[in-house]
This record gives sequence, C-alpha cells and structure tokens, in this order.
Amino acid sequence: MLPALAVVLALLGAWELYVDLGGVDPLVLPAPHAIVASLYDDRALLWSNLLVTATEIVLGILVAMFAGLVMAIVIHFSPVLRRALYPILVASQAVPVPMLAPVLALWLGFGILPKLVVIGLVSFFPVVVTTLAGFASVDVELLKLMRTLDAGRLETFRRVELPTALPSVLTGAKIAIVVAVIGAVFAEWMSASSGLGYLFEQSIAQLLPARAFATTAILCALSIGLFALMTAAERRLLPWAHQQDMEGDR
Amino acid sequence: MPAEGATPVTIETQTTPPRAVGGVGVVIEAVCKEFRARGGPVRALDGMCLRAAPGEVVAVVGPSGCGKTTLLELICGLMAADTGTVSCDPAVLMPQRDLLLPWLGALDNAALALRVRGLSRDDARAAAAPWLERFGLKGFERARPAQLSGGMRQRVSFLRSLLAGKPVLALDEPFAALDAITRAEMQGWLARVLDAEPRTVVLVTHDVEEAVLLADRVIVMSPRPGRVVRELPVDLPRPRRRTEPGIVSAREAILEALGVRA
Repeated sequence: MLPALAVVLALLGAWELYVDLGGVDPLVLPAPHAIVASLYDDRALLWSNLLVTATEIVLGILVAMFAGLVMAIVIHFSPVLRRALYPILVASQAVPVPMLAPVLALWLGFGILPKLVVIGLVSFFPVVVTTLAGFASVDVELLKLMRTLDAGRLETFRRVELPTALPSVLTGAKIAIVVAVIGAVFAEWMSASSGLGYLFEQSIAQLLPARAFATTAILCALSIGLFALMTAAERRLLPWAHQQDMEGDR
Repeated sequence: MPAEGATPVTIETQTTPPRAVGGVGVVIEAVCKEFRARGGPVRALDGMCLRAAPGEVVAVVGPSGCGKTTLLELICGLMAADTGTVSCDPAVLMPQRDLLLPWLGALDNAALALRVRGLSRDDARAAAAPWLERFGLKGFERARPAQLSGGMRQRVSFLRSLLAGKPVLALDEPFAALDAITRAEMQGWLARVLDAEPRTVVLVTHDVEEAVLLADRVIVMSPRPGRVVRELPVDLPRPRRRTEPGIVSAREAILEALGVRA
C-alpha cells in the first residue's frame, strides 16, 4: 500500500506545482488543493449524490449477476440456445451506451429504471462470459467419474460444475463492478437529476472544475471500494483457492 | 435412511460396500471400438477379450495408446462398443489423477458417492469416517486436497470409489502420478485393502511390477488397435514380495511379451 501511496502523493505534488507555477488556467485544470477544498466544502452535496449513484450501481450489479448466471446456465445446458443467444449477446455489447441511454429515457422516463437497464446491460456480459468459461473448465474425467457414481446431470451440475465455476463467476462480477460505474455515469449524463454523473455534468456547466474533479475522485473511490468488497467476498467464499500445496509430489 | 436414534452399526450395515459375490464379474468378448479423429477413423480396440471372475484382480499392461482407457470406459458403461459383447457387473472408475473436489475436505470427498445416493451430510460423514480411519487418514477428515500429500489423495480417491458400493473397480493407472517411494508404499497398501475388501478389479497400469504384485492374472495388450497379446496367470501366494523369484520371473515373461529387453 505504502509505495502506491507514495507514488500518488508524488504525482499530486507535481500536479500542484504545475498549476501554481506553470500558469495553467484553473478553469481547465484546477490545482489539487482546490479539489481538496471542494471535497470538504461540497461534502453534503457529494454525499447525497454518492448515495444515489451507489444505489443504482449496487442494484444494477445484483440484477446483472442474477441475469448473467441464469443466462450462462441456460446456455450451458442447451447447445441450441447457445447458438441462438450467444451471438445476440455479443452484439448487444456493441451498441454504444451514449446512443442507448436517451432511447431508454424516452421509454422508461427519468427514474432509476433506465439507469438499471444500462448498468445491467453492460455488466451482465462479463458475468456470462466468465461463468461459461468456468463451466467449460471442469475436468472431463471428473464428469466421467460422476457418471460412474450414478450422478445424474443435475446432481453433477450442483456438486461439481457450479462450485468449479464459482471463482470464474466472481471474477466476472469484479469486472462487472468496474464497468457498472462507467455505465452509471453515462446513464446519468443522459437522463438524471441526481447522482455523481449528473453532478459532474452540472459542475462543468457551472464552471466549477474543482467540484467536477472532486466528483470524479469520489467516483474512483466508489469503484475501488466496490472492487475491494468483491475481493474480500471472494476470499470468504473461496477459501480453498488460497491455500498452499504440500511438497513432495510430482 | 436409519430411524431416529439408530446406532452407528445400523448406518454401517446400510452403506458398507457389498462384497464381490456372485454376479458376472467382467466379460468382454470380441469388442471393437472406433473413434472419429481428424486424420480419419481411429480403431482403439480390435477384437479385445477380457474376462474377470467375481473377486478376481486382473491387470492390463500395454504401451501408451493401446486402448486401455477405452477398455475401462466400456467396462464402466460410459460408452458402448461398436461390435462384440460387454457384460459387466456395475463398475466404478478410479481415474488416474485423484480429481478430488478442492472445496471439500477428505471426509466429504470420500463420502461423495453416498451423498449422490441421497444420504444426508451427517449420515454420509458418519458412514465414511471409520473407513477414513482404516485407511490411515485419521485426523485429516477436514483437510482439503491441497493440504494432503499425493499418496493420501490417492487413498481418499480410492475410498471414494470403494464407497460407491459397486462390485467392480476399474482402476486407471492409480499410482502413476506418485513418486516412486510413495508408489511402492501404495502398492503394498492396495494389496492389503483388496485382501480385506475383495472386489472384481481391472487394473490398468504401465508398471509391470505393480501388475505382478497385485493381480491374479496379467493381460498384455498390443499397441493400437488393442487386442490381447498374452495372458499370464500369476499363481503366487499373497502377501507377495518384490524380490521373490516367482515375481521376478513373471515380470520377465511380461516384459518379453511387451517386447522390452528385461
């Protein structure tokens, strides 16, 4: 942690010097001290908007993970549905979010729903892909063994395939979390009256760059925080993936 | 499922694996099996015959790629032969790598077959625990596979196969992944286990010495397409020692049949 912190502080120091001594227009690039000041002065505003965005993201991720898991299981069990759905899945990711968000706003209004759709859409793809990879990573020999133990398809899925895929599911969730933050910001730019993305846009429009940067800093912190939470969950749920092997074998 | 308040003895009787009495053993007659591969069809087995009477241990020795694994999968009913007859008692497969589930402890891994059959976790654990002790793994019930040595993992894997309660055991090079010292120990261990718990065993191995130490009969297979080249009964009393003259001469005969200068 400490080396990373030292690097960050060094960069901030360089930034401060550049703005103070380099004659940069503070409207374009505010100095770190101005950003810190804004973080303090606008703390109530930042906090209330943070709650809005965080709620969208958490709900969106939960929906994405559930839908992603279901989709992956369906595709895993049905080769027909795999051929039918997988190409559509991939294509869905190619739709640029800035184009999608206004359309959704038209359909679903300005509430939380269009944002959940956007967040769900961008974050459920990594979950599906990694989960499917997890299912595919099950050793074929193990599946044969289960058959000789008289385990049916569902039994084998429950006891072997699902737990084997769990690390991959959580990896997908970690990616989804990061992508969800981006999705939330875009969704808010298009159709919101609150949230950090909205606040960012407003701050730029109001010529308050320090506040805009402060908002960005909070967004980064949110992203890092959620990622760290997911990593901690991973450690709790997958204790066997973090253990030492014994020596002395081939 | 035992009634409330039943003694452990009741559970044991319900789930103790059956002895290999009666039944048909393993009967494989004139079996051919072909696979489709990129370069054309690959004939894995060509007129393969194998018989194992109930309770007999038959070792199958042959060069890599001769169809030994295909043979075991036919015995376990995982695939059907193209021609010929396969008539076997229910068989369980013990694969080459232990393939223990990394998220379960040794006891839960061993009890897997019981859980699949529908026993509750506690009942399955209670049934498997005395076996784990007999196999020298007392104290390691909760240990995950990553915390066990190779020999211990193979023992858990073997116990898992045994507790499936099937009269036929199909062992696919069970000790190939172990270092030589552990392998020697495990061969002696397996001989003692099979003495106490007789089953119909088809043991596929590269190790000629292993075959001679454990089997009642050794079958030598040809390179692909696999068929029987030589069948050698091993009529030596048990327990067998590596250095006895009977063992040495049997090894010599088999190596000769394999085309290896002893």
